[in-house]
Amino acid sequence: MLALLAADLPYWAQSLLRVLGGLVAVLLPAGTVVYLFLFKMMSFMQSRLGPMEAGPYGSMQLFAEVGKWLQKEDIHPARADKFLFKLAPLIVLASTFLLVAVVPFGPDAWFTDFEAGVFYALAVSSVSVLGILIAGWSSANKYSLLGGLRAAGQLVAYELPMVLAVIGVVIQAGTMNLQQIVVAQNSGSIFGWDGLGNPYVLTQLVGFAVFMISVQAELTQTPFDMPVAESELVSGYMTEYSGFRFLIFFIGEFATAGVFSMIASILFLGGWGVPFNWFGWTSLADMDNWMNLVGPLILFTKMIVVVFFIMWVRFSFPRFREDQLQAFAWKVLIPVSLVNIMVTAVLKVAF
Amino acid sequence: MAKPKVPGLLKGLGVTFKTLMHTATEGAATVQYPHEKEAPPIRARGVIALHEGNCTSCMLCARSCPDWCIYIEGHKELAPPRRAGGAPRKVNKLDRFDIDYALCMYCGICVEVCPFDALFWSPEYEYSEPRIADLLHDKSKLGEWMETVPEAPELEAGAEKKGKK
Repeated sequence: MLALLAADLPYWAQSLLRVLGGLVAVLLPAGTVVYLFLFKMMSFMQSRLGPMEAGPYGSMQLFAEVGKWLQKEDIHPARADKFLFKLAPLIVLASTFLLVAVVPFGPDAWFTDFEAGVFYALAVSSVSVLGILIAGWSSANKYSLLGGLRAAGQLVAYELPMVLAVIGVVIQAGTMNLQQIVVAQNSGSIFGWDGLGNPYVLTQLVGFAVFMISVQAELTQTPFDMPVAESELVSGYMTEYSGFRFLIFFIGEFATAGVFSMIASILFLGGWGVPFNWFGWTSLADMDNWMNLVGPLILFTKMIVVVFFIMWVRFSFPRFREDQLQAFAWKVLIPVSLVNIMVTAVLKVAF
Repeated sequence: MAKPKVPGLLKGLGVTFKTLMHTATEGAATVQYPHEKEAPPIRARGVIALHEGNCTSCMLCARSCPDWCIYIEGHKELAPPRRAGGAPRKVNKLDRFDIDYALCMYCGICVEVCPFDALFWSPEYEYSEPRIADLLHDKSKLGEWMETVPEAPELEAGAEKKGKK
């Protein structure tokens, strides 16, 4: 993709390609996650088949759903703050698009090669809290407001263990550039054996666990879904939304699940790369061009595996209580990740 | 030796994964409705059928209906006497017997209360209508449902009526 961009295209053509690439990188994971996991895996775990009528095995169901949402009337409550009410879902979706901007898909296939990529990703992912809080406040509905406040409290609480869990990886890789983290993992070696590279899930297992739990909470997936708890708050901050604006929230939720899984596989599972030793590469420059096509597929496969675990947990467990949620973040996850940072730093200096 | 205790979290994951594999290999517990249909149990409460010949328009069903969804109209007629030379008999003739299934809540009190066995449960359930007014079944339509009423099951041993023949 970027081999094409490296050629002397005019600026507007480059921008167009980047926008299209961004749309694909956000909507493709969202669609896959919704169909494969929300429709099919959840149904199978409940001993039913899920959608079967629209297309073979219901594969076109998503288009039918989108069509249904597009037809619906775009309503807002009479006392809502209309401008903010309409803005909120866009902020949530924008955070997803901003997040995908630093994800590397291959040796040359990236949108931006950003030095402080990890920092940027973690910062941008919390922009969605603002959107959710605005949605809850501007709906002029007590359930929405409670949902928005719960979401704010939860996302802020779990932002911290997530950042701390990633610091272990950053210490070990010695860089905050996501592309360099991928390279460091795939050109690394385990005690001199470099047949598998050195995916950080082996050395940062604790960090990986903390990161995945935090991701689960950041995505408000089920053990942490108090913000949208349907039996208590109707749908939390989404209660008053209908039609296209609800669809944007929906896409935002599952696209973010996909993008976060991509970031998790980049940080811990080796990202788009294969161990460089397999093909005798030593750096990015040696790499053949076909890696730009295979890389995204590898990343996509890893994303599917990570999302599988997120959704598996989502479909299995009941919801936490609000105080349990906060206690878990502040009393368990943060101390564990602080110890993890300490141990990682000591070992990094020792070796 | 007791088996080592599996944490509840892992057990829960195991249950969902087992169900996932079971559905993938041996099929779901559900059926794909319009293509394949499950036969409802013989005593299922699908629709109420009317055996018109048994009805005396006594109004017991209409009065006991909690939703007031049964409409009965009738008039008295003179019938020929049973024995030659007797007075002509008065019989109730049924003019109208409607059940509004838009109101019916399938409690079955009318079937229970009918002293002449004129109302029966049928397991038939596919009678939805695009227009809500079409859910008002008149007595000819209620009579057609009689064909779908299953045979009454055998009584249990010792359940026969006791006392004088």
